[in-house]
Amino acid sequence: MKVKSQREVAQSCLTPAAPWTAAHQAPPSMGFSSAKEMDETLAEFFRRTILKIPMTEMMTILKTWNFLSENQLQTVNFRQRKESIVQDLVLLCEENHASLNDAAHLDIIYTQFHRHQKIWDVFQMSKAPGDDIDLFDMEQFKSSFKKILQRALKNVTVSFRDAEENSVWIRIAWGTQYKKPNQYKPAYVVYYSQTPYAFTSSSRLKSNLPLLGQALTVASKHHQIVKMDLRSRYLDSLKAIVFKQYNQSFETHNCTTSLQEGSLGLDINMDSRIIHENKVEKERVQRVTQEIFGDYPQPRLEFAQYKLETKFKSDLNGGILAEREEPLRCLVKFSSPHLLEALKSLAPAGIADAPLSPLLTCIPNKGKNYFKIRDK
Amino acid sequence: MSALRPLDKLPGLNTATILLVGTEDALLQQLADSMLKADCTSELKVHLARSLPLPCSVNRPRIDLIVFVVNLHSKLSLQSVEESLCHLDAAFFLGKVAFLATGAGRDSHCSIHRNTVVKLAHTYRSPLLFCDLEIEDFRAAMAQRLVRLLQICAGHVPGVSALNLLSLMRGSENPSLEDL
Repeated sequence: MKVKSQREVAQSCLTPAAPWTAAHQAPPSMGFSSAKEMDETLAEFFRRTILKIPMTEMMTILKTWNFLSENQLQTVNFRQRKESIVQDLVLLCEENHASLNDAAHLDIIYTQFHRHQKIWDVFQMSKAPGDDIDLFDMEQFKSSFKKILQRALKNVTVSFRDAEENSVWIRIAWGTQYKKPNQYKPAYVVYYSQTPYAFTSSSRLKSNLPLLGQALTVASKHHQIVKMDLRSRYLDSLKAIVFKQYNQSFETHNCTTSLQEGSLGLDINMDSRIIHENKVEKERVQRVTQEIFGDYPQPRLEFAQYKLETKFKSDLNGGILAEREEPLRCLVKFSSPHLLEALKSLAPAGIADAPLSPLLTCIPNKGKNYFKIRDK
Repeated sequence: MSALRPLDKLPGLNTATILLVGTEDALLQQLADSMLKADCTSELKVHLARSLPLPCSVNRPRIDLIVFVVNLHSKLSLQSVEESLCHLDAAFFLGKVAFLATGAGRDSHCSIHRNTVVKLAHTYRSPLLFCDLEIEDFRAAMAQRLVRLLQICAGHVPGVSALNLLSLMRGSENPSLEDL
């Protein structure tokens, strides 16, 4: 039987009567429910979280979660309908006295497996010029982060899960002074402790963003936090761009050989009755494209947005637009399932001239996909 | 880098050469493959170029038919074709040039109006063909048609010459085009 302090219980349990609008505090006795009974709303949260998991991933995720034992999992008949399986699993969770914290852990694991379902923003922190470089203590960071949020908002659920490369996944369910935390719209933060970068899933509750930034900055002993103009669904690609890892390819050898084979393959498979007149030009385009984009697979972004605020320039004298003092505002957005690969293939396909505009090719280098262009 | 002339080389024995000019290499390649699969008694050669003028080459055989491929989705392809037309000897336009417009099927993606290519073909007094080269069946049908055109332009079909063909094809065009 798990022993929890009354305060912890009051904070983490949910009132059964009116889940999200209760103005009263949960009475402490609520926490010590009988052995088989779980809080209704908590059980519902478990049910919905487990129901989200696709059947093909169910065993993997449950094993990663490591809350239900092998024996318990074996008692569940995985051949029934999904609703029945989920019901059995929720009953098992009740047997093990699962808490909100365990449910939050399961939610984090689900999100880790389905990270591309969220859109991730990138934040960069910086230290003040005179600051010492302290040794990073993960436990201290976690407790400090949690304390800051709990001090500001009485009702907030914070959960942590350590991941690879000294990173930590943080799940935050926001509440207010008077409302219990909304467990169904959490925000996620992935912080790489050895770097000044943190990735956050865009939460619909934008008002909590400054508080989140502040908590991160103070807990990690930085001075300032800035939102980068970089956003994508693909967390791993964002990582690659921000840590400048995109130009290292594990399959470098395969890549170069396949490129040579590719260009040779064109000659071998091609009928000798087909002759390319502009071979020199084609090779130039290939070379320029390779110089700019490299041989490695590009990081995956879905769009690039350019906001223009420039004055109208015209060769013709006069004209209504030429006399306009205010800048013209214009938004150009490029979208694609894999933007950088699409840009890379534009010149070889003959759709654009090589080299491409530097505004397009600088995206991974500058780590931005939102640009504001103004008159110099 | 001189302008291409139609009759400055001797023809090869039973050989017919077509030159496909267009910016999108993948489309040209596919069309070339389809043409070579078609049944033909003459020996076919397909040259692919992005634009004219062609780089100097002594080994190039006599070109019997030039087809300019314009992708209606791309203004760049039309611009490139218009610039290439200046480098062509006027004698080519006596039946040895044709225009092929692709992409008309996906109207929402078209950035060039159909009438623009119609006017272009009319200005140069050459036939205009429409075909969605991305669809395999249409491409195969067009390839067969081009092979037939090529054979006539190369003089392999007795009784019909390129000039005859031109007047035959013009007859099937919409008479209101003359008013443009």
